[in-house]
Amino acid sequence: MRSSAGSRYALRTLALGYLLLLLVLPCSMIVYSTFRDGLAPVWEALTDPSFVSALELTLIAVGIAVPVNTIFGVMCAIALVRRPPKHGAWLVNSMIGLPLALSPVVVGLALVLVYGQDGWLGSWFEESGIQIIFSTPGIVLATIFVTLPFVVREVIPVLREVGTDQDEAARTLGASRFQTFRRITLPAIRWGVAYGVVLTTARALGEYGAVAVVSGRIAGKTETLTLHVDEEYLRFNEVAAFTTSLVLAVLAVLTLVAMNAFKPKEYKEVADVDRRPPSHETV
Amino acid sequence: MPARTGASRRAGGLVLGLSTAYLTLIVLIPIAAVVAASFEGGLSAFWDEVTSPGAVAALKLTFVASLLVVLVNAVTGTLIAWVLVRDDFRGKGVVNAVIDLPFALPTIVAGLTLLAVYGPGSPLGVDVAYTRAAVVLALLFVTLPFVVRAVQPVLVELDREMEEAAASLGARPLTTFRRIILPNLMPAVLSGAALSFGKAVGEFGAVVLISGNIPFDTEVASVNIFKSIESGEQAAAAAVSVVLLVLSFVVLAAADVLERRSRRHDA
Repeated sequence: MRSSAGSRYALRTLALGYLLLLLVLPCSMIVYSTFRDGLAPVWEALTDPSFVSALELTLIAVGIAVPVNTIFGVMCAIALVRRPPKHGAWLVNSMIGLPLALSPVVVGLALVLVYGQDGWLGSWFEESGIQIIFSTPGIVLATIFVTLPFVVREVIPVLREVGTDQDEAARTLGASRFQTFRRITLPAIRWGVAYGVVLTTARALGEYGAVAVVSGRIAGKTETLTLHVDEEYLRFNEVAAFTTSLVLAVLAVLTLVAMNAFKPKEYKEVADVDRRPPSHETV
Repeated sequence: MPARTGASRRAGGLVLGLSTAYLTLIVLIPIAAVVAASFEGGLSAFWDEVTSPGAVAALKLTFVASLLVVLVNAVTGTLIAWVLVRDDFRGKGVVNAVIDLPFALPTIVAGLTLLAVYGPGSPLGVDVAYTRAAVVLALLFVTLPFVVRAVQPVLVELDREMEEAAASLGARPLTTFRRIILPNLMPAVLSGAALSFGKAVGEFGAVVLISGNIPFDTEVASVNIFKSIESGEQAAAAAVSVVLLVLSFVVLAAADVLERRSRRHDA
């Protein structure tokens, strides 16, 4: 296509300008605002007991939600692809998709309505002496809910592509079902699983709305890193808010790097085409 | 195909059963609880909650702001995808990688830093904090990648012969874009737009700091629900949630249909 250099530069400027104002500037602002007053307040914020406990709680939530959703994600994907339910497939599919489309606040409300004081299971848990809402289990449940779809959705297309030939061959040769899974299925889907795990981790680290509803925000007890950002900002501790934000942003960038490493093939091809020398030949 | 033994059939059934049980426990029962709570006082109570002035104002703002965001995204997302695929410049790889940042960055961090750049004390001298413009800005940030990532692969696959034919027949670049390229991109643009709409409608973290949450002015639906929960009005919270839930379902279904259609288009 003949596109004049002028229009090419105009489009490039527009696109990059938009990204600069909406994305680059705000993201740089996190770094600038953190170190504006030097290193001392940053160090103070990082060693504050409430920050440390928020970090711990976030790591607990991530440490439980990610493995649980990885195991069940792989299981759900295998069930859906290899033994699709005869009825209600749409219901299963929408249950898997729903956490992605749902407002995190609604997720929080849903958990309160089931596990809260007056909730469906609330009295049962209260009698058993287990507190879920306003406590760590609630935060973990909220994190599990919002991160549920990622592994399933990444593994399903890979499983479809891989097919069942190799599995069936292994089974005919006498491998047990578990052996087949471990030696054939799992290696075939491992990159899909890895990509799903990265997405799950990113979402689990950054979840705010659902956790905000169920946590009760007891500083030093039920505060995750994202809630800590909010809390410090409302207390006018801007440096502490930005320091925590920077920690989360660094984790986000690491996630991006991992995402690019594990990206499924189809996206990789896009990137390869990107690297091809541009063809601006005129006809 | 080898004959399935009874044991293997049982194992397969176990996987399916466990998966269903897990999904039911984690997703279905809690969502059912929200629907049940919204209709606890009957249909008229539900209707009263949904049509209360505060809820209507919040839902209206959410819907209009999300629609605006989708329109902007359709244009800017296509533009960015175009520049990333058809243009070439130094640092393009970095720009391409940075696009996904809003997916990875926690929403509350996005809200905080947007407030620092576009709030009081803005280094650019632009202060939109606590206005409806701030709501739109926050939603634009969190939905940025959807249309770009939907359009990019289609643009890469797009056959250039048609464009070249059009150009050699004397079509101007704009005409070629409008008549040849855009129709091919449309399903992807729409599917990305549907996903951004779904995200925008439910967004909470990015909006909560910068919008100021002023009732009847800058309070979006998710903040309205949050406030209702905090003040113990669970029925009101559940009713507005159900409206969002229905909206999510519709958008999810639409995105699904569009995605399938665009995939068929590729083949």
